[in-house]
Amino acid sequence: MRLVNRHPRRRTGLLLGAIPIVLLVLVYLIVAAQRHAILPTDKIFPLPAAMIKAMGAMMFEADPLSGQRVFWADTLASLQRLGLGLIISTAAALLVGLVLGVLPPVRATFGPLVTGIAVIPPIALLPVLFIALGLGETAKVALIVIGITPVMVRDIASYVAELPREQIVKALTLGASSWQVMIRVALPQAMPRLIHAVRLALGPAWVFLISAEAIASDIGLGYRIFLVRRYLSMDVVIPYVAWIALLAIVMDVALAKLSRRAFPWAHGASH
Amino acid sequence: MSAPETSGPILCLKDVWVEYGDKIVLEKVDLAIEEGSFVSIIGPSGAGKSSLLRLILGQEAPSRGTISLDGAPLTPECGPDRGVVFQRYSVFPHLTALANVVFGLECEKAPLLARLFGSAKAEATARATEMLEAVGLGDSLHLYPAQMSGGMQQRLAIAQALIKRPRVLLLDEPFGALDPGIRADMHALIKRLWRDYSLTIVMVTHDLREAFSLGTRVLALDKRRHDPHAPHRFGATAVYDLALRKDDEAAEPEAAQAPVEESA
Repeated sequence: MRLVNRHPRRRTGLLLGAIPIVLLVLVYLIVAAQRHAILPTDKIFPLPAAMIKAMGAMMFEADPLSGQRVFWADTLASLQRLGLGLIISTAAALLVGLVLGVLPPVRATFGPLVTGIAVIPPIALLPVLFIALGLGETAKVALIVIGITPVMVRDIASYVAELPREQIVKALTLGASSWQVMIRVALPQAMPRLIHAVRLALGPAWVFLISAEAIASDIGLGYRIFLVRRYLSMDVVIPYVAWIALLAIVMDVALAKLSRRAFPWAHGASH
Repeated sequence: MSAPETSGPILCLKDVWVEYGDKIVLEKVDLAIEEGSFVSIIGPSGAGKSSLLRLILGQEAPSRGTISLDGAPLTPECGPDRGVVFQRYSVFPHLTALANVVFGLECEKAPLLARLFGSAKAEATARATEMLEAVGLGDSLHLYPAQMSGGMQQRLAIAQALIKRPRVLLLDEPFGALDPGIRADMHALIKRLWRDYSLTIVMVTHDLREAFSLGTRVLALDKRRHDPHAPHRFGATAVYDLALRKDDEAAEPEAAQAPVEESA
């Protein structure tokens, strides 16, 4: 049978997916063990035991300076910033995208502005944000918002604008006003696309969060990684990175599930 | 139940032209459509059949000439006095069959939320259910369009349009994408609805048999003149306008029977 026709079953698929990950972990362990055989104090490739020990301290022992369990405090601070940024961006994308997509005059007026903002590299605006908003939480959340909103707005606007013309005409012949077209025809159909846009924006949102935390912060996952880097504490950096990856995957899966649950009509005929 | 033949034309086109730049699509179309008639529009591709439909629909304005509906000039905007069924994309994928039909009632009665509640909702639901039963979708009220066959989707699109009791129902190749068997069911259905609701229907079609078997009048659009060096400089107009005598009550009583239900 040709490869293009070989569709692995669910269990086989899971197994296949696990193979590269397991291999990667094995390679790491072998390299780490070899290095430790030569130099027992090697910091670059920490062994799992060292990672568990370091992380145990950060998770379960209060930091003598701040009195907090650092790992959880970092996680909470980062998720707060990320969540706030995502909520603001999503709301803005839905609102602006919908209006731009449905109303041609508004699109003509503000479309070029949105495109213009979207091409500015957000990190280039970080100094502006720090100067304008100070070094507090606002600037970090603002970086996430500025970083991901324009792309999401453009995605929603173009999706809504490309809804089949027949649907809009049909709605008008049923007596719908512009407003009614917006809330009953465009809005519900934009929702699954919005969730999709949020899923795609999660990656960049994490990038902007870590960048902002790395540059000016005193708490947060990104801050911690860049702080312990000075002591070559790979035993903290690697678990932190893995934790960030896990959080991102959980969010992505949760959003995908939400979309399927809330908008079954958008996910194929069999619901 | 037949439409009063004495009233004047419901829809009137006078010297209508459609031009895009120097490309002429329709030229000098004069047309008067009587209330209660079933007009089939045929013609080769690119002869402006769909343009004519868009004009009547109000999706587009003529570059010259006037169109009037019930004696009043038509505004170039779609409105609830003209219903439409397209070949595809006529129903809202995010709404169930019932919600698709109720939508038209909600738009009218709830300008702000476009949703009805309480007894108003119950009444609208009852009306929509009745309409869906009339098109043979009484068992599929809560299905989404994606769960329906092509024929069922077109039935839904018709029910959705008819709930607004439009003055004119426009059909743009409504059965073009359906299997022959299902198409026959749909012909029977549309004929029955046309009679029961005294509709005025304008249908664009590629299918000559369909045009003649359904229509009380067949319009053929084509270019009268053709310049081989500048084919775009002459537009199409009605080259044939045939009034068909229909002895419908006597001839086809079986067409009024309930249509055969097809499954998803």
